[in-house]
Amino acid sequence: MNKWGNNKAWFLVAPVIVIVAFSAIIPLMTVVNYSVQEIFGPGQSLFVGTEWFKEVLGSYRLHDALWRQFLFSGLVLLIEIPLGILIALAMPKRGWGVSASLVTLALPLLIPWNTIGTIWIIFTRPDIGLFGKTIHTLTGVIFDHTARPLDAWITVMLMEVWHWTPLVALLAYAGLRAIPEAYYQAAKIDGASAWSTFFYIQLPKMRGVLTIAVLLRFMDSFLIYAEPFVLTGGGPGNSTTFLSIYLVKIALLQFDLGKGGAFSLIYFSIVLLFSYIFYQVLLRVGKGEKA
Amino acid sequence: MARIELNEIAHSYLRNPQEESDYAIKRIHNVWDEGGAYALLGPSGCGKTTLLNIISGLLTPTRGRVLYNGTDVTMLPPEKRNIAQVFQFPVLYDTMTVFNNLAFPLRNRGIPEDEVKKRALEVAEILDLTPFLNQRAAGLAADAKQKISLGRGLVRSDVAAILFDEPLTVIDPHLKWHLRRKLKEIHEQLKLTLIYVTHDQMEALTFADKVVVMYEGEIVQIGTPQDLFENPEHTFVGYFIGSPGMNFLACTLDGNVARIDGARIPLDKKTAALGRKARGKLEVGIRPIHLELSSKQIQSGVPAHVKAVEDQGSYKIVTLTLDDKILRAKLFEGKAVPENKAWLVFPPQWTRLFADGRLVK
Repeated sequence: MNKWGNNKAWFLVAPVIVIVAFSAIIPLMTVVNYSVQEIFGPGQSLFVGTEWFKEVLGSYRLHDALWRQFLFSGLVLLIEIPLGILIALAMPKRGWGVSASLVTLALPLLIPWNTIGTIWIIFTRPDIGLFGKTIHTLTGVIFDHTARPLDAWITVMLMEVWHWTPLVALLAYAGLRAIPEAYYQAAKIDGASAWSTFFYIQLPKMRGVLTIAVLLRFMDSFLIYAEPFVLTGGGPGNSTTFLSIYLVKIALLQFDLGKGGAFSLIYFSIVLLFSYIFYQVLLRVGKGEKA
Repeated sequence: MARIELNEIAHSYLRNPQEESDYAIKRIHNVWDEGGAYALLGPSGCGKTTLLNIISGLLTPTRGRVLYNGTDVTMLPPEKRNIAQVFQFPVLYDTMTVFNNLAFPLRNRGIPEDEVKKRALEVAEILDLTPFLNQRAAGLAADAKQKISLGRGLVRSDVAAILFDEPLTVIDPHLKWHLRRKLKEIHEQLKLTLIYVTHDQMEALTFADKVVVMYEGEIVQIGTPQDLFENPEHTFVGYFIGSPGMNFLACTLDGNVARIDGARIPLDKKTAALGRKARGKLEVGIRPIHLELSSKQIQSGVPAHVKAVEDQGSYKIVTLTLDDKILRAKLFEGKAVPENKAWLVFPPQWTRLFADGRLVK
């Protein structure tokens, strides 16, 4: 058997290799190149080895941004997953209500991310925003996400939950609709309570879609940039400076390409590590179902 | 255990049923005796599952009442009716072990744990599930899963009845036979009321003391397997039970003789007398096994053509044509099969008369 009989097939793969090279491999290598140099200007650079990595890893600003990022992603999962399931459970199962609620839920997902930041800037203004004005009228507190860290966090969390819970709800709803009617009938015959039905039928049957939901929401929230950038710009102070915002500050505003490159690679490794862990978990869940 | 009474039941899945064809169950009025093993037999879509769900309480009938031992339970949900039902496809709580699956219906009813354990182990023993008790239910093969579903149906000792909705569809043939025997054994031991839905006549005839035949939302006959074979009360029963099904020929009456075009078939006097009083389209019906064939012309014989002979081993199925109508006869080994032309004899004691599909009586 001649294994190399059809070398022409490589021509079919070539375009993909070229595209991936231009979109991923070459930029990544450029970043690797930056990360080991001090760049003064075009053509002027100095090899510094692992200096940048040491500096970035030792920087309390990175540590702060990283913990902030974990806190944010953790809160996102803790709020959005249960809330999404609750919404999915409350959604109608037949009739016109199904399409009405599906469309309503999908609306936040269709809005450009920059616009979402702007919407929430206006929504929380204490003078003309519905939310800010209501808080002001009810409690007398002037809600200001540009001045108070807590207000900034509340706004960012509310925005995130409003924006992305629908995705979790849609996934959970799809999972719920896929459960055969016989399971509910059997649960009734077996005398199961609503809670047991949820815990022993609905939740296990939704496990697949919920794992995907957790994965997507973790990744997305870990990489969040546009919405908090528009809303708070990372402030007040550094209170909403997440990893991506911090990275852009270093790389584009301070034009510190070496440090930015090192930071990028570390950020990339964290994302890769968590993707790998989640992927393994997902794989195990899949196997558990079959085995 | 209970005696289950269905009182003028009708059910439609539409909100405002108008015509008779809107009803999945047209009119059912019958009693299921305590401790009986019933098979509910009928083609797909005849309303078997609907009827079962009405008995169990998963559905509330559009009209009529359901009584358990004389108590009206029509409006009660299944968990308040104390009934067990096993579905066509295995339903499992996959995060639980096999033992917990079996124990689930008992635990939900607050039965003390030592009693739960005793019952679950007993049922596991009957169904050969003991080696799997501590395994997660999700990992088992399809037949083991269905046995768990059966087990959850059998585990409660005090149920009014156990309803089976084609429970052996997913099981392979050898095991099917084995499980059916198990069910029969359980029935003989515990004298439970069992209602077993199937569209497979073999399954129905081997499992049940009494077979209830349903057709287009109605019960057309309730009887022992022998009754259904020998005295079908509806052309559907004749056609559905037996292989091949009963032969039917449209006819007119002339005294004690049924006329089919030119042919004359003598009937017994009683049948003919009933037939003269009946209204509607008349048909004669005869089982293939009762049709006699002769290669020589005989008096009272009806001439027909032999079209095909299928050898089925211990018997042969002969396909004949009588003018444009097709008849089948079942001949046992050793009987001569005529070639080309044959004379058919319809023994009067096995020749039935139907008016508009129903046996004249």
